[in-house]
Amino acid sequence: MTVSNLIPLLPAEELARRRRRAESQWPEIWSLLDAVMDPEIPVISLYELGVLQDVEVRDGVVVLTMTPTYIGCPALQIMEEDARAVLATAGYPVVEVNISLSPAWTTAWLTTAAREKLTRYGVAAPRERTDKVSCPQCGSSDVSVVSEFGSTACKALYRCGNCLEPFDLLKAI
Amino acid sequence: MTANDPLLTYCLRLGDDALILGHRLSEWTSRAPFLEEDIALTNVALDFIGRARLFYQYAAELQGGDATEDTFAYTRDVRDFTNLLICELPRGDFAFTIARQFLYDSYALLFMQQLKASQDARLAAIGAKAEKESRYHVRRGREWMLRLGGGTEESHARLQQAMDDLWGYTDEIFEVDAVAAALIAEGVAVDPAGLREEWHATVSSVLAEATLRQPSPGWAVDGGRRGIHTDDLGFLLAELQFMQRAYPGLQW
Repeated sequence: MTVSNLIPLLPAEELARRRRRAESQWPEIWSLLDAVMDPEIPVISLYELGVLQDVEVRDGVVVLTMTPTYIGCPALQIMEEDARAVLATAGYPVVEVNISLSPAWTTAWLTTAAREKLTRYGVAAPRERTDKVSCPQCGSSDVSVVSEFGSTACKALYRCGNCLEPFDLLKAI
Repeated sequence: MTANDPLLTYCLRLGDDALILGHRLSEWTSRAPFLEEDIALTNVALDFIGRARLFYQYAAELQGGDATEDTFAYTRDVRDFTNLLICELPRGDFAFTIARQFLYDSYALLFMQQLKASQDARLAAIGAKAEKESRYHVRRGREWMLRLGGGTEESHARLQQAMDDLWGYTDEIFEVDAVAAALIAEGVAVDPAGLREEWHATVSSVLAEATLRQPSPGWAVDGGRRGIHTDDLGFLLAELQFMQRAYPGLQW
């Protein structure tokens, strides 16, 4: 077993993001936002997805930094509204959301736990290094691509040759 | 609308390419040959319209005043648009749409790879995001090229026809005018002329794989970057801008 199997290798920007959370002066706001899920994959939070990049409070205003998954993703607006609603309920009515494009979002930021949640939800998790795809229902690798685009821009549509079920893959980008 | 700032002019060009091509793709929604393809074309349209928004948002900041992304999309007339002509041609049949996407996306991928190294941090960030999406677009386009080119006599003939019809519009993609040249010199803009060889190599190899004949150059048109367009753009804008023209300032 090589080291990379024991310790997941993280992109530097993801390490920096996790550090921002760990060292944040506002841990309760990060925790509150853990309740905000991706509207299309409602088992993954904005933090787990990598969309929530930073949380700060300046002069009583909560400033969130978010990054889009795909440029044209219409879910970003819903995510923003959901985050505002959660914060408003918890006593933070004034929220500013900054959209940051850089560093560009990548599925490499997804945690192992998030990948397992995806699979349990029925969406195959991306594998950045191998491009291998397994069926989230039965685990078979006898799969074929039906369409490069599934129900949303971030997913591709696959079919399993073993259990014959169709499934979505969160594309590795 | 005057744009004396070269960077503003440049952003509008890139935004116009993305908006107009995105709109053409969106016309396929509910009309594509089958459901998966309908969803795919709509998703690609969304990628391009998202790109347009990023360039227009930046342009609005550069212009200042009351300008927003919508100002550029909805309140300019045909002659103010500076997209490449290849982006505005009517969607045609499915082969034409695939051929255009393949020609354009092959260029866009190379372009975005370079844009991400721009001296302008904002353009570089857009380039880095768009590159990832373009990579998918090219891969998908290549697969369709092979399937249609090597498919039936009918699909092969239609794809060849589309290539022949489109080829003369590709010349304009690689043109450099004074605005672009100045920004290229500053390391802000991408030099499209430098991408031509690699673009040609990619396109030629896929054409060969798809058993298609390379169209023989013999004609070329330009004008898009100067606001000289085909008749088709006016009709496109009439549809795209209708609501804002009829009810200025309308909100959803």
